[in-house]
Amino acid sequence: MQFLSASNPKRLLSSLLLLLIAMVLGFGLGATPASADSVGEDLERGITGNVKLEGEPLGGVRMIVEGGGYNAETVTGADGKWYIGVPGVEGDTYKVTLDQETLPEGIAVTGEGGATKDVVLGKTSPLVANFFIGEGTRVTVSMFDQVVARLIYGLNFGLMLGLAAVGLSLVFGTTGLSNFAHSEMVTFGAVAALVLGAGLQLPMWVAIPAAVLLSGAMGWALDAGLWKPLRKRGLALVQLMIVSIGLSLTARYLFQYFVGGGTEQLPGADSTMVPLFGSVALSMTDLVSMAISIVVIMGFAWWLLKTKTGKATRAISDNPDLAAASGIDVDKVIRTVWIISGALAGLAGVLWAYFRPGIKWDMGAQILLLIFAAVTLGGLGTAFGALIGSLVVGILVETSSLFIPADLKYVGALVVLIGILLFRPQGLLGKKQRIG
Amino acid sequence: MDWGSILNNTLAGLLTPTILAFALATLGLAMHFGFAGLLNFGIAGFMAVGAYGYAISVLTFGLPWWAGMIMGVAASVVFALIMGIPTLRLRGDYLAIVTIAAAEILRLLFLTTAFEPVTGSADGLFGYNNSGGFADANPFPPGDYGWGPWTYNEQTLWMLVFGLMVLAVATLLLWALMRSPWGRVVKGIREDEDAVRALGKNVFAYKMQALIIGGIFGALGGIVLATSTNVSPGVYVTSLTFFLWTALLLGGAATIFGPVLGSIIFWVLQAFLTNILPALAESGILPVSGIQAATLRYVLVGIGLMLIVIYRPQGIFGDKREMTFVK
Amino acid sequence: MSSNSESQKSTGLHIGVAAPGVKKVDPILVIDSVKKSFGGLTAVDVEHLEIPRGAITALIGPNGAGKTTLFNLLTGFDNPDTGAWSFEGKQLAGISSFKVAKMGQVRTFQLTKALSLLTVLENMKLGAKNQTGEKLLNSLFPFLWRKQDNELEVKAMELLRRFKLDAKKDDFAASLSGGQRKLLEMARALMTDPVLVMLDEPMAGVNPALTQSLLEHVLNLKKEGMTVLFVEHDMHMVRHIADWVVVMAEGKVVAEGAPDTVMKEQAVIDAYLGAHQDTDLGVVTGRIKVISEEGK
Ligand SMILES: Nc1ncnc2c1ncn2[C@@H]1O[C@H](COP(=O)(O)OP(=O)(O)OP(=O)(O)O)[C@@H](O)[C@H]1O
Ligand SMILES: [Mg+2]
Repeated sequence: MQFLSASNPKRLLSSLLLLLIAMVLGFGLGATPASADSVGEDLERGITGNVKLEGEPLGGVRMIVEGGGYNAETVTGADGKWYIGVPGVEGDTYKVTLDQETLPEGIAVTGEGGATKDVVLGKTSPLVANFFIGEGTRVTVSMFDQVVARLIYGLNFGLMLGLAAVGLSLVFGTTGLSNFAHSEMVTFGAVAALVLGAGLQLPMWVAIPAAVLLSGAMGWALDAGLWKPLRKRGLALVQLMIVSIGLSLTARYLFQYFVGGGTEQLPGADSTMVPLFGSVALSMTDLVSMAISIVVIMGFAWWLLKTKTGKATRAISDNPDLAAASGIDVDKVIRTVWIISGALAGLAGVLWAYFRPGIKWDMGAQILLLIFAAVTLGGLGTAFGALIGSLVVGILVETSSLFIPADLKYVGALVVLIGILLFRPQGLLGKKQRIG
Repeated sequence: MDWGSILNNTLAGLLTPTILAFALATLGLAMHFGFAGLLNFGIAGFMAVGAYGYAISVLTFGLPWWAGMIMGVAASVVFALIMGIPTLRLRGDYLAIVTIAAAEILRLLFLTTAFEPVTGSADGLFGYNNSGGFADANPFPPGDYGWGPWTYNEQTLWMLVFGLMVLAVATLLLWALMRSPWGRVVKGIREDEDAVRALGKNVFAYKMQALIIGGIFGALGGIVLATSTNVSPGVYVTSLTFFLWTALLLGGAATIFGPVLGSIIFWVLQAFLTNILPALAESGILPVSGIQAATLRYVLVGIGLMLIVIYRPQGIFGDKREMTFVK
Repeated sequence: MSSNSESQKSTGLHIGVAAPGVKKVDPILVIDSVKKSFGGLTAVDVEHLEIPRGAITALIGPNGAGKTTLFNLLTGFDNPDTGAWSFEGKQLAGISSFKVAKMGQVRTFQLTKALSLLTVLENMKLGAKNQTGEKLLNSLFPFLWRKQDNELEVKAMELLRRFKLDAKKDDFAASLSGGQRKLLEMARALMTDPVLVMLDEPMAGVNPALTQSLLEHVLNLKKEGMTVLFVEHDMHMVRHIADWVVVMAEGKVVAEGAPDTVMKEQAVIDAYLGAHQDTDLGVVTGRIKVISEEGK
C-alpha cells in the first residue's frame, strides 16, 4: 500500500505538473489588479505619492519600488494615491518607477528624468515621490534594448556571483563541506571595505584591495581555527555543514551587532552613465566592477589550470585519496583554497555592495541561495561549472524581471535550478558517482 | 532589574501555542533527518504551506476551519511530492539545496504583491480563526484557567489544548511507525540506500512516504501556529528552519521525545534571553544598547548550535552510540 | 580439500565446446552485447554470456577487469550504453535495481554496506521480502505483522549462527569488524531467499576456517536449488566450489569453462600475468592473499 508506485513515474510526474500549473493559474485568476493601493504598511518607513492628470486623480497606475534587495509594487487607488512600505532606514536609496504602460493612451511621464527616479529616505516618513504626467509621447525603450540592458546587468551580476561561487565550489570539491557561512564571507568583505574606506577614511583604491586581503586572511583563520581542527576530529560532512550554519548565524548577527540594522553606502560610487548601445547605458561603477570581475576570474582560471597548487586542487576534487597517496600535501592545498575562497568572496561582497547598492548585515545571506543555485547548476565541486552556473543564474534573474513581477525575480532562478536537476541531476558539468 | 517578571515570562514560555507548533515541526524534521536521513532544509516551507493552506481555504474559499486545516495538510502533501520527485533520487546535499530553495520560492510567492488578494502579501492573513469557526468551536466557557505564569483565558486554553492534542497524536504516530518494520526500512535507507535497494525495497517510495509524513507534521505545526497568531510571510524564513534544526539536534535527532523536549528547551531559552539580555543592558551590567542585546541572542544561538553539533551530536536525549552523523 | 565437495560439482552445464559465450543447457541469466564505458575507457563489453541455473559460477579476472561494473549493470545499479539481458526469461534492461532484487536476483557489494546504526538482527530482518509490516498503513497495527516478524527472527537467528554472528545480534553493525560486516551482508542477502545470488568478493577478509564452513553452506544452498554467481580472487576457493568459471579481462569475457581446465588456458594466464608464462594460474594466484578495501 505504498503511496507511490514508481512503475510509471512519467505519468505521475505529468499529472503533478498539471496540478502545479493549475494551482499557479488559480492564483493568477484570483489576483485582480487595481485592488490594492498600499502594501507593506507594517514596515516602519514608506514611499507614497499621488498620480494626477491635469488635477484629476488617476487610478490603476502600477508603481514599483526597488532597492537594497527589496522589491514591491502596487497600483494606485481611485483617488490616485499609492503607498509602498520599505524596510530601509534614513539615507537608503530606492528606485521608484511608474509603469507607463498602465497610463491612458497618449499620456506619458513628462517630467525630468522620465518614469524612474531615485529617492533617498529622509528623516520623515513617508517620503513623497510624484511624477509629472501629461500628454506626450512616451520615451519608451524598445524591447530589444531592454533585453540587451538586462543581459548586461545579468552578466555583471552573474560575474559577481561567480566570484563567490567558485570559492564555495572549491571548498566543496576539496573538503566536501557545503559551507553555509560563505555568505558571511561575502558580507565580511563589504564590511571590511566600509570600515577601511568610510571609517578610517582610506582612499577606496587602497581600502578595497586591503578588504580583499583581509577576507583572504579571514578564510585562512577560519580554516586554521575551525575547519582544520574539525576535520582532524573526524566530524561527518553533515555535521560540518550544520556547524557552518551555526557559524553563519553567529557571524550574521555579529555584523548586525556592530553595523546595525540599516544600510550603509560605500564611498566612491561613480554613477556617471556611460552609453553603450542604443539607449543602453551603464554606470561607471558597474563598468569598473565588471572589468574587475573578468580580470580576477581570468586570473583564477589561470591559477587553477596552470599552477602546481591549482592542479593539485583539481586532483583532490577528483579523488582525494589518490591525491593524498600521490604525495600532494592535502592540508596545504585546502588552506590555499580557503584563502582564495575568502578573498574572492570578499571581493564579491564589495562589488555586491556597489551593485545593490549598500551594505547591510544580511546582504550575503540574501544571495546565498543564488550562489548555491549556481554551484549546484554547474555540478557540485567543479569550479568552472560554478562559473557557468553563476552566469546562467545572473542573467536569468535579471532578464526574468522583463516577464514576471520584479519581486519574483529570484524565484525564476530557483525554479530553473530545480528543473535542471530533474533532467541532469549531476549538474551541468558534474559527473556521476561510482556505486558498489 | 525585575527578576520576578523575567522569571514569570520565562516560565510562561514553557507552554505556548508557539512552542507546540515548533515542536510539531521539529518532530517532522526528526522523521526527515533523524530517521530517514533526508536533509530537509525547507521545513519552514512546509509550515508555511500548512498555515497558508488553512487560512486561504477559509478566507478565499469559505471552507469551515476543519476542512481548511485538512486542505493545509493536503497542500503539504502536494508540496512534498513536487519537491521529492526531482530530488529524492539525488545525493543528500542536493536535497538540502533544493528544499531550502523551494521553501524560499514559496515564501516569495506568498510575499509578492502579484497574489495580494489571496495571500495578503507582506501583511499576511488574519481573521480566519473567527470566520472559519475555529474560535467558535471552543468548548471552554469564558473565564480564567490555570495558575501563576500559566494563567490563560478560554481562547488561549483552546489553542493550547488543540495544539497539545495534535502534538500528542503526531508523537504517538511517529513512535508507532519507527518501531515497525516500516521504520526499520526507513532507518536502513538513512544508513545506506543502495544496500536497502539491493534487498528489493522501493527506496524512492519509502523516502517519499517519509518526506510526506514529516511534511505533514511540519504543516500541522504551521496550522497550530496559525491558530494563535496571524499568518505572516516574515515568519517562515530560512532562519526559522535553522532554529528548528538547532532544536532538533539539541534534543536528539533520532529520538521520539528529543525533538519535543529540544524545542521546549530552545524556545524557553530564547524567551529567557529575550527578557534578560535587554534587562542586563538597561541596568548597565552588559555594556551594550538594547537593540544590540536583542541581537546578541541570535549570536548565542549560532554558537550554541556549533557547540552541540561538535561536542554532543547525538543531542541531549540521544543514545551515545547512536550518532546520527556516521556518513 | 575434501573429496566430498568435489563430488557435489555439477557437470554437463554447457552445449558444445567451452568457449566464451558458449550456450548453456539451462541458463538462468542471458546477457547480450552489454557495453559500458566511462569516458574513453570501456569497462564492460560482453558479447554473449549465459549463467547456468542451479550451479555455482565464478567470475574471475584481474583488477579492473570490469567484474563489479558488470554486477552493477546486471542488477540495475548502473545503466549500460547498449545491451540487453534477461533473468529467467524476463528482460531486465531498464528495470530499476529494487525490482531486480524483488524478482530474486540479489547481490552483495564489494565495498561492504552494513547498515551501521541498525543492530545485526535488524539488518537481517530487513533482508526478508514481502513483509506485511513494511507497508505504511499496516505498520501502525502490530497485530498484522507481529507474528511474521517473530518468524523472521527465528530464521535470522539460524543464519546468524551459521555465520558465527549470533552473539552479536544486538550490537550495532557499526561495531562489527570488516570481515564480520562482509559476513553480515552475505547473510542478509540470503534472508531474501534469492533465486540467483550474486556475491562480489564474499570471502575477502574472512578467516579461512570460517570460509570453509560458509562454503559448505553455499554448497547446501545450491542443493536447495539456488544459483550462485560470485567474484573471487582466491583461486583455491574458486577451484573448490565453482562448477563453472567465467574469466573477464579488460571488459571482455576471455574464457569460460570448468575450473580445472579454464585456469590452464593461455588466454587466462595472459590476462592475469600479461606475458606468456607456462604456469597453472591456480598455482600462482591461489597463494596471493587478496587484501580488499575494508573498513568503509
Ligand atoms: N564510476 C566510474 N567512473 C569511472 N571509471 C569507473 C567507474 N566504475 C568503474 N570504473 C573503471 O572501470 C574499470 C572496471 O572496474 P571494476 O570495478 O568493474 O573492476 P573489477 O573487475 O571489479 O576490479 P576488482 O577486482 O579490483 O574489484 C576500472 O578501470 C575502473 O577504474
Ligand atoms: Mg570489483
